[in-house]
Amino acid sequence: MDTDALIRTLAADITRPSWPLSRTWWAALAAATGLAALVFFTAVGPRADFAEAIATLRFPFKFVVTSVLAVSAFGLLRAISRPEAEARTLWASLLAAPVLVLAAVVIELLVVPQNDWAARLIGTNNIHCLVLIPLIGAGPLGLFLLALRHGAPPRPGRAGAVAGLLAGGLAATFYAAHCFDDSPLFVATWYTIPIAGLTAIGALLGGRIARW
Amino acid sequence: MRTVSGKDDRELADLLRSALAGDERAYARFLEQVARLVRGFARKRAGSGGVDPEDVVQETLLSIHAKRHTWRTDAPVLPWVFGIARYRMIDAYRKRGRRVEIELDEIMETVAQPEEDAVSVRDIGRALEALTPGQRLVVSAISVEGHTIAETAAKHDMSQVAVRVALHRGLSAIAKKFGQG
Repeated sequence: MDTDALIRTLAADITRPSWPLSRTWWAALAAATGLAALVFFTAVGPRADFAEAIATLRFPFKFVVTSVLAVSAFGLLRAISRPEAEARTLWASLLAAPVLVLAAVVIELLVVPQNDWAARLIGTNNIHCLVLIPLIGAGPLGLFLLALRHGAPPRPGRAGAVAGLLAGGLAATFYAAHCFDDSPLFVATWYTIPIAGLTAIGALLGGRIARW
Repeated sequence: MRTVSGKDDRELADLLRSALAGDERAYARFLEQVARLVRGFARKRAGSGGVDPEDVVQETLLSIHAKRHTWRTDAPVLPWVFGIARYRMIDAYRKRGRRVEIELDEIMETVAQPEEDAVSVRDIGRALEALTPGQRLVVSAISVEGHTIAETAAKHDMSQVAVRVALHRGLSAIAKKFGQG
């Protein structure tokens, strides 16, 4: 087929375009949040003393970190799902959540006696955390990868990794409402592991699903 | 020979906006101009490694068509077009076991090349063989024989909707074939 024939053929196919990508991302975020909420409230639900805990410092800080991660990953993911995205676009925004956690860890080490460090790090819920964050995040990751497939990411694997980070941030935001361990030492360890797992799975699947 | 400019971008963006609103002729003009621009880039970058520049041009046009919803209608169109061309070029090299890096800025300095008759049988022509008989009938009636949708429908005793559907599915199948190679 020569190029003119191809152009003729494509022009004849310009019926209604499919869903604009920007709208797809917001729909995917809404559906993923709904799905995460459903799994969260079905499987565990918020901790009993939620109302008192929210008045402390450490408990609400968990939501700050996880939602900063989710928001920065969402912004980056939307940008890198388009063909014109450059390799260096916006990646620095992903540093926000780790920097917040590290700062909180330093403060925690300063204000908590050394004898209590190990107990705070290990916590009471770490197995829960390792299981529930991936459980809540799996559905959202699937939805974000489907949205990514609708897009045209120049680097599908990397974009899949960011989709995993987003799913992890979203799942951790819900999970944080259940978890009794509020120390930044705990969060920096036991939240990071499952989120990194979702990120790795996202990278692996993205490289396959989001190729175009 | 000329370099691309902001004026080109505005003209092309207008054409693509009309096309997305359903204007076939605007879309054909958009694709013709894009083909010329991408050809300039493809000839420059495909010189080595057994990559046929015209294949890259055609695969880019197919991807533009399949991914036209990823263009933000208020954004410049050329970075988007060349982003797709870059992906197809990298992919063409990847299929031959080679890795290349391409910066968008570098492509944007490309020059428009005069169009040239491309008569050889291309990969996309071969991809036609993978379609169902109905899809192949419709795609080749429109591409090779140059019929309109209405003419194809009348000639093969089909409804226009059926022709559009077969065309759309056929093109999707061809585009998918390139994504998986």
